Amino acid sequence: MPFRRVKFTFKTEKIQSPVIYELGHKFDVVTNIRRADIDSENGWVILEIEGTVDEIERGLEWVREQGSDVSSLDGDILAG
Amino acid sequence: MTNVQSLRCKECGRDYPQEPIYVCDFCFGPLEVNYDYDAIAKNISRESIQDGPLTIWRYDELLPASRDNAVNIGAGMTPLLKADNLGKELGLNNLWIKNDAANPTHSFKDRVVSVAATKAVEFDFDTIACASTGNLAGATAAHGAKAGMNTMVFIPADLERGKILGAAIFGSVVLVNGNYDDVNRLCSELGDDRRWAFVNINMRPYYAEGSKSIGYELAEQLGWHAPKHVVVPVASGSLFTKVYKGLQEFAQLGLIDSADTKMHIAQPFGCSPVAKAFIEGQAYPKPVVPDTIAKSLAIGSPADGMYSVSIANKTGGSGTIVPESEIAECMKLLAETEGIFTETAGGVVISALRRLAREGVIGPDEETVALITGTGLKTLEAIADSVKTVTIDPTVRSFDEVVTGAPVS
Repeated sequence: MPFRRVKFTFKTEKIQSPVIYELGHKFDVVTNIRRADIDSENGWVILEIEGTVDEIERGLEWVREQGSDVSSLDGDILAG
Repeated sequence: MTNVQSLRCKECGRDYPQEPIYVCDFCFGPLEVNYDYDAIAKNISRESIQDGPLTIWRYDELLPASRDNAVNIGAGMTPLLKADNLGKELGLNNLWIKNDAANPTHSFKDRVVSVAATKAVEFDFDTIACASTGNLAGATAAHGAKAGMNTMVFIPADLERGKILGAAIFGSVVLVNGNYDDVNRLCSELGDDRRWAFVNINMRPYYAEGSKSIGYELAEQLGWHAPKHVVVPVASGSLFTKVYKGLQEFAQLGLIDSADTKMHIAQPFGCSPVAKAFIEGQAYPKPVVPDTIAKSLAIGSPADGMYSVSIANKTGGSGTIVPESEIAECMKLLAETEGIFTETAGGVVISALRRLAREGVIGPDEETVALITGTGLKTLEAIADSVKTVTIDPTVRSFDEVVTGAPVS
């Protein structure tokens, strides 16, 4: 099954939202958190998402629409 | 024969064998090359380094590959120049410019790609790849050519013609119809899918080590000591962390007495997540959408941003956000005072340096190095509106009228 390793960065107003829980319920994907750092103002989570390519992409787009940043675990590959 | 013991996760410390891998299977932390420093200490000395080639490979005891099979087109040992003219302008009496525009493809990327290409050959890859809007493209294409490998350089199709040609001369360039995010996603998928040596994906732990050579050279060229300050342009943050690591390793091995260098982050206003995190006291940068004329610094999601903030804090350094309007002005300032034509990232560095001097963060007599990472010849459009020329008729009279302003008799 395809998987993606991604990093979510949350804005302060989204810290209280159960984004990852909802991602797993709204879409047919399995989330697996590996590392995170969250306090009352900021937060990021590094996780693996497993599912079909389409379902992963739809799910990540939904996370972006919730106002969270979604970036590749590798950071930007396109370099100067 | 190298002194590498393992790849080690920077987060959880797990060790992995030397393979083309870059992320920890457990915590997804980045992997970094881990050396046997006791073995290195027995073999390395100032003299052994000085007897080596005039390239980064003089430091091969501290690199993950041997000079014997290096893919080498002459990266490294670039000039470190005393910048008295610029120093006078800025009120700095002990200022040095490290000019990495003097590398074979005119940027510091030759250092990292030389190491990545060498490891790619060692791992028996037949294709070397990267995604780039400029310097990395040329460096990868050139080293791929030297190594006799297939080369895949992915470039956004709307990039300036000069930059495309500058890489295409060495071999294969693939133009991608799409924006930066599209190219990033494509390359991430190709990196997972193909058995290629992607210099800043699966070769990243080795690739990044090439930047340490700047730290080594600074110490050696200054007469075997570390400078008080280094001002570094920050994109992914990899260069910043590795210059620091290079200086620390030299101190650890006794090649220099100490490495108390203050590390300063320089970023442009249009892409400053790392400097902003430092200034706001945050531990990690928040991703941004880049909008800067300093294209080589346009990394909105910097992989080593968090580590750069940590190093700037730990060393008593700083983070400076430079107005976009000062970038071309400071490129011109460096050119007019020191005869060095830098890329836009260098304009960012000189502007940051000027601010740090004005604010007293860098004292007038403190030994300071400003890092110039590439040439301005690749980014001529950035200074098109800042540079003035005059045109005359082919007569002495016209010359006197227009150029010298002398009254015409």
